[in-house]
Amino acid sequence: MKIDLTDTTASKINKALVQGRRAIGTPAVGMVLTMVIVTDEENAYDAIKAAEEASHEHPSRTLVVIKRHARTPRDRTNSHLDAEVRVGADAGTGETVILRTYGEVSDHADSVVLPLLLPDAPVVVWWPVDAPDNPAKDPLGALAQRRITDLYAVENPLDVLKARVRSYAPGDTDLAWTRLTPWRSMLAAALDQARVKVTSAAVEAEEENPAAELLARWLEARLDVTVDRVVTAGPVVTAVRLGTANGEIVIDRPEGPLATLSLPGQPSRTLALKVRTTSELIAEELRRLDADEMYAVALRGEGTKEIPTHV
Amino acid sequence: MSKKLPTTTAEEPRAEEGGPEVVVPVLPAADWSNPLRHPQDRRLPRIAGPSGLVIFGVTGDLSRKKLMPAVYDLANRGLLPPGFSLVGFARRDWEDQDFAQVVHDAVREHSRTPFREEVWQQLAEGMRFIPGDFDDDTAFKQLRSAVDELDASRGTSGNYAFYLSVPPKFFPKVVRQLKKHGLADPPEGSWRRAVIEKPFGRDLASARELNALVHDVFEPDQVFRIDHYLGKETVQNILALRFANQMYEPIWNRSYVDHVQITMAEDIGIGGRAGYYDGIGAARDVIQNHLLQLMALTAMEEPAAFDAESLLMEKLKVLKAVKLPEDIGAHAVRGQYAAAWQGGEQVRGYLDEDGIDPSSTTDTYAAVKLNVDNRRWAGVPFYLRTGKRLGRRVTEIAVVFQRAPHSPFDSTATEELNQNAIVIRVQPDEGMTVRFGSKVPGTSMEIRDVTMDFAYGESFTESSPEAYERLILDVLLGDANLFPRHQEVEESWKILDPIEGHWANHGRPAQYAAGSWGPEEADEMLARDGRSWRRP
Repeated sequence: MKIDLTDTTASKINKALVQGRRAIGTPAVGMVLTMVIVTDEENAYDAIKAAEEASHEHPSRTLVVIKRHARTPRDRTNSHLDAEVRVGADAGTGETVILRTYGEVSDHADSVVLPLLLPDAPVVVWWPVDAPDNPAKDPLGALAQRRITDLYAVENPLDVLKARVRSYAPGDTDLAWTRLTPWRSMLAAALDQARVKVTSAAVEAEEENPAAELLARWLEARLDVTVDRVVTAGPVVTAVRLGTANGEIVIDRPEGPLATLSLPGQPSRTLALKVRTTSELIAEELRRLDADEMYAVALRGEGTKEIPTHV
Repeated sequence: MSKKLPTTTAEEPRAEEGGPEVVVPVLPAADWSNPLRHPQDRRLPRIAGPSGLVIFGVTGDLSRKKLMPAVYDLANRGLLPPGFSLVGFARRDWEDQDFAQVVHDAVREHSRTPFREEVWQQLAEGMRFIPGDFDDDTAFKQLRSAVDELDASRGTSGNYAFYLSVPPKFFPKVVRQLKKHGLADPPEGSWRRAVIEKPFGRDLASARELNALVHDVFEPDQVFRIDHYLGKETVQNILALRFANQMYEPIWNRSYVDHVQITMAEDIGIGGRAGYYDGIGAARDVIQNHLLQLMALTAMEEPAAFDAESLLMEKLKVLKAVKLPEDIGAHAVRGQYAAAWQGGEQVRGYLDEDGIDPSSTTDTYAAVKLNVDNRRWAGVPFYLRTGKRLGRRVTEIAVVFQRAPHSPFDSTATEELNQNAIVIRVQPDEGMTVRFGSKVPGTSMEIRDVTMDFAYGESFTESSPEAYERLILDVLLGDANLFPRHQEVEESWKILDPIEGHWANHGRPAQYAAGSWGPEEADEMLARDGRSWRRP
């Protein structure tokens, strides 16, 4: 069911949540985390949809913070908060609150979000677009154990990547990194089979692809070689080549979901390497909520000895 | 923690500069470790190494409904190695394509994850079918060459698991044939594993015989016995519940626990399994493996580590500490379902089922009381029961606590109060319930039982992996945590054999109405101890 609240406050929203749960007959809930999505009106629909799909794996309370842009000076001084509370079938397996902030309250969205967080459960903040320059220092980001950004959604990904290296704090993660998991696991499996030292490497991808850059940095850090960045027509990452004394290990995905794996001295094989949907990426992100040290290594692209053991 | 990194790159020739003449394979050092893997890189899943799976009896129900879908689901989740191969062996006049079609249909119908063409293509390339009898030497020669061919064309590196999804009477034949044709001997640096399903014998002697036979061909630690209950998330959760939490372990002993009830009930009859079931019965079919395993996990001490060896050690200790009641007749009950109305349907009694001898004494219901004689559990009985055509399909472990030693409330206030209990629901509706007393809102002091509930479906993924997915992956990884070892099997038979022996010489199974919760004798058995069965 849906409950609309205009010019409201966090405590009224809390009441509406309880009321909504009572009405559908399930006052007890087994939600495991709070997901805060900070977005604009344009991207809200897709983000909510992805979060609701991911909530089938991770039942959560989803708080969507939408900052409305005021068009007149009068609007700018008129600060208020509208909310839409969805529980039950309208909200995946958890509950969703869409918060629209107008005027000054937009700068204090954390004051609205804080009372709505689930007790004792981890908090995840996801910026589908327009992530702050320093996610961990952002007032909303500071509430969270995990901060999800997306380098695919910025104008100059490689510049932003530089900024992310500087501002990295444990708990930061990026969907460009998440997209790489199937590639990385296949590369690791290929090396499990080849069992040789890698002496050179190349990543082939479309121009300015942040995932390809992260992949190259990860390989540089882990293999201690210089990785060539080769620009192709795409889409996204098209191939990775690892040179060894026995020959080349290649995973080649020219297009579509089917890739080919070639190992030296072995017949080539077909691999399924699909480009995953946003909801699958989010579901993967939510599986572990502790700091992703390997992402930090890949961001910096240098040696791994100094990985902190625990944060 | 940090793994050894390659030390230098400067003086080695780069492959791409070296041109096409690079041929001499460089062998890895013995301590080679994959630099792309790191313990802190927890996103990377455990992918099985290069390997193949050979299924005997591939046309059977289990294979179509569970094994093939599980293989597909594993592939879909990206957990199978590139080049993974699936070989089917059965008495059918099929080509590889026909087999692929059968797998395709089975996957379409039964797989848990959505069907994806590209995953299917990856799998289908590695499918082979060998038609033949288990006596047929040419078929096994063909299998041998198929295995060699797959090593060459798919890079399976000689690693094969042989899944014996065949009736027990064919076990010896298949195992001997595997030995005869050298399929059980792994080439240097690879492995050959055998996967076998229950029954693991029908008593201690036959179990030993079977173990000897299989171990003659495969190394004991390369034999994986499937008990699909152990692959279930809820069963693995018993260990998480007990050993990852602080609040349960202090009360998990004779000072607080009154007794434990472990139930596995089925609402179906024997269906078409008359040939297999008659003469085996519920106790051998279920108590010997599933229920004793559940009991061992519930009762065991904390293992030193979560590995196969430590788990085996702790489970064995519990099984060895099990003591049967002195008067077996008074503390073990068997029954047979009789014709009745069950859930709105009229069903036949066991003795009227097709293919069952009307004078059969096979038990379709069995309940036993066991004591675990150690410091933690002395005096706490474990009641195990299983049956077919019971009220509903349910498997659960109920740890029932003692009553509060003293109550400041008067007896009218606590009239409705039962014993506290922690119930682990293994299936269906996986989860856990804690039952305790709570004040009824209102003016007077009145206390009533309430439950606190944790359901898997509520807090975790809607679709947890199927037991067989987990187990097949573990076989390919060589991880034996969730597989009972032969010592456990033999120890379990030692517990069950005296009970079966007693039944063979005394009386007949009690009759119970289909759809009920078992014979009256079972209720009397608990009543003698001043307890009663839970209604699950």
